[in-house]
Amino acid sequence: METLLTRYRNITVLLLVIFAQLVLLAYQVKNGSDVRLIRVWAVTAVTPLARVIEGARGGTQGFLQNYVFLRDSRAENERMRTELGRLKLENQFLKTELATADRAKALQAFQQRSLSKMIGARIIATATGASASAVFVDRGTTSGVEKGMAVVTPDGIVGKVLAAYPTASQVLLATDPSFAAGVVSQKNHVRGILKGLGHGNCRVDYVQNEEKVETGEWFYTSGDDRIFPKGMPVGQVTAAHPGNPFQEISLDPAGLAGGLEEVLIILEGVHQEIPELKTASEPMYLAPLPPTGAGDNQPASDQAASTGGPNNAPVLPTDADKIREHYKDVSDAQGHKFGDNPVGSKAVNFNLPVKPDEKPPAAKSQAPSATGAAVPKLEPQAKPPAPPPSQPKAPRAAKPDDQ
Amino acid sequence: MRYSDEHSLVYSQRETQISRFRAWVLLLVPLAAILFQVYIPLFFQFLAYLELPLIVTVYFALMRRSPIGGLFVGALVGLAQDSLSKNPLGMFGITKTIIGYVAASVGLRLDVDHPLIRLILGFFFFVLHQFIFWALSRGLLAQQVAFETQRTLVLGLLNAIVAVSLFHFLDKLKERT
Repeated sequence: METLLTRYRNITVLLLVIFAQLVLLAYQVKNGSDVRLIRVWAVTAVTPLARVIEGARGGTQGFLQNYVFLRDSRAENERMRTELGRLKLENQFLKTELATADRAKALQAFQQRSLSKMIGARIIATATGASASAVFVDRGTTSGVEKGMAVVTPDGIVGKVLAAYPTASQVLLATDPSFAAGVVSQKNHVRGILKGLGHGNCRVDYVQNEEKVETGEWFYTSGDDRIFPKGMPVGQVTAAHPGNPFQEISLDPAGLAGGLEEVLIILEGVHQEIPELKTASEPMYLAPLPPTGAGDNQPASDQAASTGGPNNAPVLPTDADKIREHYKDVSDAQGHKFGDNPVGSKAVNFNLPVKPDEKPPAAKSQAPSATGAAVPKLEPQAKPPAPPPSQPKAPRAAKPDDQ
Repeated sequence: MRYSDEHSLVYSQRETQISRFRAWVLLLVPLAAILFQVYIPLFFQFLAYLELPLIVTVYFALMRRSPIGGLFVGALVGLAQDSLSKNPLGMFGITKTIIGYVAASVGLRLDVDHPLIRLILGFFFFVLHQFIFWALSRGLLAQQVAFETQRTLVLGLLNAIVAVSLFHFLDKLKERT
């Protein structure tokens, strides 16, 4: 027996070690839980080293960039990037509020609801394995991070916290095949499940072929998964084809575009509305008409007075107003008063030019009424009036479309 | 001379070629390999496909020429790798245990100091590693993952080239007797 054990010692030890690990594996698979202690030890042992390396790298890089190459601009750039990220989130929130309600309601809602409580984190390592779609961030349970929390950037969702350790957390990226999140399309509010593909892109599952999803359309989180707050941008559709039994929709995750360095972990999420698409029926801003003719030389106060209404409110002169003013100037210059002339008196000759000195001052200062101002009735024998000086059309300043 | 005598002679020659390493080398080199794998791909994503923990496991197993030592090195490196991955503990552990054992057994029979042998072994063990891991994923975790043969072969060649260079460097850390 002893000889047998000695002879097969190597293979016996091999089988014992494999068996022990199989038991460990079976325990985890059956209970659906992890052997947390071993992972805590490993992560706690590795993250300080990773921090030191990252610190050394960052320090060297920072020294070179701050003091040798750029001095102050580097610090300024970092501050502005942080500010930009914060403003992007705030802008997203404000846009969705303003798109769904009027200004007063949006302000009221803004006062009542606050933005999601978030904490910034830096990526310090990737998970091991050739096809790893998980990273480690330098925030853990001591910073309030818990398993299952959402991880985002101002551009979109990144992933979720897979495990939280005291000094670090493991984040499963949205591109991992085991990742899933509830999403909804912006245009037609089509609901689906976002899943990773193991590489750069993601797909949206469980969308019926009858549902309309277009290339380039944005998907947002639906909030159904209880991880991501509703209204966070997810990504743009790169391709959508009918499939069996569901549509095959590829999506480019916006949060993972470019290199990930810093992320935000949502400690307390706040649901937001899905931003509505801008449509052509929305009111558009029209700039005021440029000053023309004599008005070009008028001071601003005169122009305001000439276009003011009954309450001195500035009113834009229309083409009809200008024709009416021209007729009035011509008739005043020829001493003609509409409505007070005896029958058979000479009609106004609208072809005669109006001399500036013949124009009574009262006529110039008299403001045309914008409301209820009718074009004076012309005599039947009068020749057709000369066309008024052409007016350039008002430029249509389109509202910048953010989509 | 009889065959059994020749056989034992070859074994005894190999036994005398057992390389010894200082404790800090055995501790720091695998740790550095794991740190490399978790940190460097942050900046150079293509380096994520470099299986340095595997290369280090194969090296120590080949040079120590002890199957039990090899399997323990493999198990420890694999479990450390598992604890920093999203996989259940034991996936890399079992894979590298087998690799460590097989590598040490091969080291007893071949001249593993020759660069060409090292290149072939580096390639072979990478492919074997990927295959065992794939089989365990399908068999034990019921994951429907495909075995990408072409990709594995290309990566195996790249890893083997890196392994030859790394083995040359690690040779300098051997204890001189």
